[in-house]
Amino acid sequence: MTSDNDRRRGLLARLRGRPVARSRGRRRLGAAVRLAAALMLAGGAYTVFAPGVQAQDNPPLSAAANEGKALFDVSCVTCHGRNAQGVEGRGPSLIGVGSASVEFQVSSGRMPMARQEAQAMRKPPHFTDEQVRQLGQYIQELGGGPQVPNGNLREGANLSTGGELFRINCSQCHAFGAGGGALSSGKYAPSLQPASDRQIYAAMLSGPQNMPVFGDNQITPEQKADIIAYIQETLKHNQDQGGFNLGRYGPSTEGLAIFLVGIVALVFASLWIAGKS
Amino acid sequence: MKRRKFDAAALPAKTAGAVDDRFQVSTPLRKLLNKVFPDHWSFLLGEIALFSFIVLLLTGVFLTFFFEPAMTEVTYDGSYAPLRGTPMSAAYASSLDISFDVRGGLIMRQMHHWAALLFMAAIVVHMLRVFFTGAFRKPRETNWIIGSLLFWVGFLAGFTGYSLPDDGLSGTGLRIASGIILSIPVIGSWVSSSIFGGEFPGTIIISRFFIAHVLLIPGLLVALISVHLGLVFKQKHTQWPGPGRTNENVVGERMFPRYALKQGGFFMVVFGVIALFGGLFQINPIWYFGPYEAWVVSAASQPDWYVMFLDGSTRLMPAWEISIPIGDGYVIPPLFWPTVVLPGILVGLSTMYPFLEARRLKDYKHHNLLQRPRDVPARTAVGAMAVAFYIVLTLSGANDVIADKFHISLNAMTWAGRIGLLVLPPLAYYFTYRICLGLQQHDREVLAHGVETGIIKRLPDGRFVEVHQPLTAVDGHDGHGPALDYVGWVVPKKMNRLGALGPAIRGFFYPIEKPAEAPVSPGHPPVEPRAEREEIGSGESRR
Repeated sequence: MTSDNDRRRGLLARLRGRPVARSRGRRRLGAAVRLAAALMLAGGAYTVFAPGVQAQDNPPLSAAANEGKALFDVSCVTCHGRNAQGVEGRGPSLIGVGSASVEFQVSSGRMPMARQEAQAMRKPPHFTDEQVRQLGQYIQELGGGPQVPNGNLREGANLSTGGELFRINCSQCHAFGAGGGALSSGKYAPSLQPASDRQIYAAMLSGPQNMPVFGDNQITPEQKADIIAYIQETLKHNQDQGGFNLGRYGPSTEGLAIFLVGIVALVFASLWIAGKS
Repeated sequence: MKRRKFDAAALPAKTAGAVDDRFQVSTPLRKLLNKVFPDHWSFLLGEIALFSFIVLLLTGVFLTFFFEPAMTEVTYDGSYAPLRGTPMSAAYASSLDISFDVRGGLIMRQMHHWAALLFMAAIVVHMLRVFFTGAFRKPRETNWIIGSLLFWVGFLAGFTGYSLPDDGLSGTGLRIASGIILSIPVIGSWVSSSIFGGEFPGTIIISRFFIAHVLLIPGLLVALISVHLGLVFKQKHTQWPGPGRTNENVVGERMFPRYALKQGGFFMVVFGVIALFGGLFQINPIWYFGPYEAWVVSAASQPDWYVMFLDGSTRLMPAWEISIPIGDGYVIPPLFWPTVVLPGILVGLSTMYPFLEARRLKDYKHHNLLQRPRDVPARTAVGAMAVAFYIVLTLSGANDVIADKFHISLNAMTWAGRIGLLVLPPLAYYFTYRICLGLQQHDREVLAHGVETGIIKRLPDGRFVEVHQPLTAVDGHDGHGPALDYVGWVVPKKMNRLGALGPAIRGFFYPIEKPAEAPVSPGHPPVEPRAEREEIGSGESRR
């Protein structure tokens, strides 16, 4: 019966409890205590939420990250925003992309971009390696994310596994000879010829631009080492077994060669032979 | 011991006499050796195809000694490190062995492939020559048809050969071929499963393609080429019009010795060019493509150039799928139109062209004299239209490579191909037609008024005129002779063609050739030989 009544009277009433007859003195004391508690609550909430002059909302940036932030505030802030949160229509948020992404984009010269277009192109890098590291450190400390491990990235690599993984995972876009290929609407998979070990690793980790992410649970670090070794040691090996490789573009340049060189040479030969009459 | 007298000079005659004594061959041989061939550089284009076919046979025989046409799975342990330990088919492993472990295998493989590309290229160039000069007209329609068939049989030879190494690229090509076969309404699935022995890829296709590639198709090619050449012998070669050349004769060189020697030399040149290609330019680096696996498709997977137009037509075809509501629903995929219907139309049009043209012009006479392309603007323009169509399709077949390397959007390339395929052929027709008419007009102008001399004369009244050198004797009243008739051959348009400068000194090596005796080229008016010049030397005698 009581619980039924309680339910009917609602939550507030239940919280208040049953009306109990109390003395005036006790009521005054209670009011004073409640006022003090409310004041303490309000003040506490204020100190918690209000931006205090001395308030420290993040752990302090390391020295390298501070250098990185200085660079960021000059070169990246226009498109990526004051705290790397991104600017609508210009540049994405960098929170959580990690230093791997920064390293790939900045050390290959893709960032800072020359202009907004389908895809950032590789250029001579704008920053030194040291500055790239500082920028990466800043972004890393800002939001965390994947990082390229230090040390030799093709330790104990297996070329034939690397080749198989490359053909399965990479050749669809970068082509069998790592020369790159077209994607839709002006986007493309770039040539891997100029890429360094760390850039390839960073690209697999971060999936820049149109590239999918190949995280460590899809391609393990050992397999990444195999792929890097295959690209660097087999595909970049410039002495092609069969002679001049015609750019390794497949049958299209071979067809061009047979007309531009073969047929032209033989037409001249036939002009010469027929002229000898 | 008595020394026997041996007369070396009499040996050939004695041997020949002995042979004729036994086989009675001198009469037919004399006829053969005395056969006359007209001489023009463009008549040698077909020989390029013939000679590359010979190179194909030679290198192909070498390759069969080492190639294993089987799809049994083996583990590679040859000398190419990046594939060692990889499971692959025996066909691919033996192709790798040919490339890396057989002495001279790689250059043979590359020569074989380059010779195949050259064979097809030479067929096309030869076909263009025959088309644009009207050499296909009666009585040579049969040979035109055989020539067209040679292109398509060569196409099959190339495709089967491309598929044999069983690498990633060739497997992708086979996959596309199986898709094309499957797209044929009603019979597609039956044809596909009978060719592949079940579902693609099966385990038999390489062995089947091998026997097609090394026996059936080459046999067919040899047969067609023999008939092609036999008909050229029987019907005699066409020739350009010119002095002394009529529809009823053939002016040229005898087969033996000069023509045969020149052909032998030209064979060596073709062989040399192919060998240079095989040694200098890498073709189809199968070791990068890896063994064929259904989940491996590389970017820039393209067929060889002569198949690329079909790839292009497929890329340009909009995704128009036709659903026919019978039974459970029947679908004709868009692939059917660009890869089955289009080549069907092209085979029909190309083989039937001689009859179409004869019917349109109501021209059923024998033609042994060639026509200059400018004199038949309609045919030349149709040919240009066909070439434009083919080029747009071929470029579209490589549109991803072009888009990537020239930084063009792939979508833009596709649309450019679609629009270009419809717009460029008519434009090519129009411009070619106008150019032909312009060239004809200029020929007539020169025949009527003479050759431009480049000498500007000022008349007493102040006008400037250019002096023209008439081609005939001037008959007085206006500095013109009678207008000459056009005879279908080159009209001299430069003064030094008339001998104004004297023929150039010919010959690269010492001794310098004497200027050739007139006629230098048929159609040139006979020219007074210039006075023999004295050679300027160092004073030392070199003779």
